[in-house]
Amino acid sequence: MKLRKNILIISSFIVYGLWFMPGSAQAAERFFEIKAKKFSYTPNIINVNRGDTVKIRLLSEDVHHGFFVDGYGIKTSAHPGMEGSLKFIADKAGRYTFRCSVTCGEFHPYMVGYLVVGPNSRFWLYAAIVLVIGIGSLITLNRARKTNG
Amino acid sequence: MADKLFGLIDLNWRFELTKFKLIRNLFKSRWFPLLAIIFNLFIFVIILISGLIGGFSAGNYNFGIMIVWILWWVMLMFILVPIFSRAWCLMCPFPVFSDWLQRGALFVVTGLKLKGLGLKWPKALKNMWVMNILFLVTTFFSGFFTVRPLATFILLGGIILLAFLIGLVFEKRSFCLYVCPVSGFQGLYSQFAMAEVRRKDPEICKNHKVKTCYVGNECGYGCPWMLTPFNFTKNTYCGMCLECFKSCPHDNMAFNLRPPGVDLLVDEKRGLDEAWKAFIMLGIAMVFFLTMQGPWGFLKDWVRGTSLKGYLTFISLHTAFSLLIVPAIFLVFSYLSKSFSGAKEVSLKKIFTNFSYTLVPLGLGVWIAFSVGIVLPNGSYILHIISDPFAWGWNLFGTRSVPWTPVFTGALGHLQGAVLIVFYLFSLAYGARLSRQTYPTEEQAKRGWIPILIFLTLATLAFLWLYIG
Ligand code: SF4
Ligand code: SF4
Ligand SMILES: [Cu+2]
Repeated sequence: MKLRKNILIISSFIVYGLWFMPGSAQAAERFFEIKAKKFSYTPNIINVNRGDTVKIRLLSEDVHHGFFVDGYGIKTSAHPGMEGSLKFIADKAGRYTFRCSVTCGEFHPYMVGYLVVGPNSRFWLYAAIVLVIGIGSLITLNRARKTNG
Repeated sequence: MADKLFGLIDLNWRFELTKFKLIRNLFKSRWFPLLAIIFNLFIFVIILISGLIGGFSAGNYNFGIMIVWILWWVMLMFILVPIFSRAWCLMCPFPVFSDWLQRGALFVVTGLKLKGLGLKWPKALKNMWVMNILFLVTTFFSGFFTVRPLATFILLGGIILLAFLIGLVFEKRSFCLYVCPVSGFQGLYSQFAMAEVRRKDPEICKNHKVKTCYVGNECGYGCPWMLTPFNFTKNTYCGMCLECFKSCPHDNMAFNLRPPGVDLLVDEKRGLDEAWKAFIMLGIAMVFFLTMQGPWGFLKDWVRGTSLKGYLTFISLHTAFSLLIVPAIFLVFSYLSKSFSGAKEVSLKKIFTNFSYTLVPLGLGVWIAFSVGIVLPNGSYILHIISDPFAWGWNLFGTRSVPWTPVFTGALGHLQGAVLIVFYLFSLAYGARLSRQTYPTEEQAKRGWIPILIFLTLATLAFLWLYIG
């Protein structure tokens, strides 16, 4: 029982710590020029730190493409020769998908990229839970059997 | 002492839904599930027509594409399979024409002699291998049928035609049991389901000399899935057609709710075919995620076949990954399990096969999490297409001009993370029990379980990283 309690305490500390993990670097202004082309973006993954001000310039190389950011709910779009732009503060940590919001061809629903607002506490949170469960289950199983048999 | 899942739910707990008269009478009526089948037939006719009309256009505003790959697929993975087992097969319209042909009637029971050639399915193929291969091959074309209406038309039309032809030649539901590409994973994952069809009292069955549930009578056909309703023990091959409710004169069949996953512990008909089904499903989930929800343009170009070389690369890597690499990794961990346990007398094949059932909850979780990532961003297209199924400018429900609206996509990462963890827990819970089934002593089971636990943890972490990392 004591062991279980310890596991619980340790894991809640990990989870708590991850949840409130501060952005490591100073908040900065980040600028990205993103080119959209059927059916991907270049760059396709953009990394920023939590608190950064993110400025995006969207260019299209073929048809009308959109740019919608999950979780932030903001969007822009670009025609060839007519760029779009977006400015926001990356205040939510985690990996968010940005997706094309204008039907641009058959693969349009799968035209996506990632905005990674670091540190990716969401991932580390769930990864920590998995590890705690895995290790915890091993320990409790072993103990249960020892006391039984 | 009762074996309790997570120390909470007794694995033997059952709640019989058919004890309610209303449900029992519904299940015994010949109208049910026929009406559901006819309704779905109607929907699938619209799907086929819209697929044909839609041709090569972009699929996100096409009725067929959206109903099949967003609504139907998600319903299968979220609700039908994990909760109700093969509830889709209960209402599936694909084999309705061959049933009709074999029975000579849609509604009434015509007699015990079925029409058609009624050949026996070859013994060597009485397993999941044909379905495994067919399903894998089907996914080669995922870059087409999930986005091109005509490709969906060809795929579904092909399945319906094949169901009919096989029903013409082979007996009963041979198609469903051994061929249907949708059948294999439903069968495998329905072991996790929270519902089951089972007989109630074995004594009543024993005293009932003519097994009418198997041979049929004037009220119902003998089990079309060629099970023995009076004693089968796992969901995999029960199509929930409910004929046995009609043909049992003693009302001895039950539709039960139960704790999720109990069939995983049923040591019957376990085999490499089902193991491979589990591997293939994991492999496909990974490949689908990379190509559909990943940001890599070159992968998308591979799957949609912009160049032959890219397409062939995709097919080869996909096949190698699902058929060889995933099983090979699992084999390594099974081998480790064997050596850790120190149980020389237990064969590696048994260890490998038994533990492959731990991949059922995990795989289901992986697919549910994948599907959340498809339905939340794209679900709103459904409002458009139900109002204008043929893109003729109709506005049946007044929802034609609803714009594309992603729903809760900000929480997607949390949902996917949480789903993976829940199903990881189930995998662990059943894995530890499977270990006790596999190894003769507690001590061996305890040690043999460790490598498999590590595998499951690593696999969960890998998918977690892929989905949200
Ligand atoms: S096995 Fe396939 S064809 Fe048969 S009922 Fe199920 S989904 Fe339909
Ligand atoms: S046991 Fe056979 S007859 Fe009964 S529901 Fe299942 S498939 Fe149908
Ligand atoms: Cu686009």
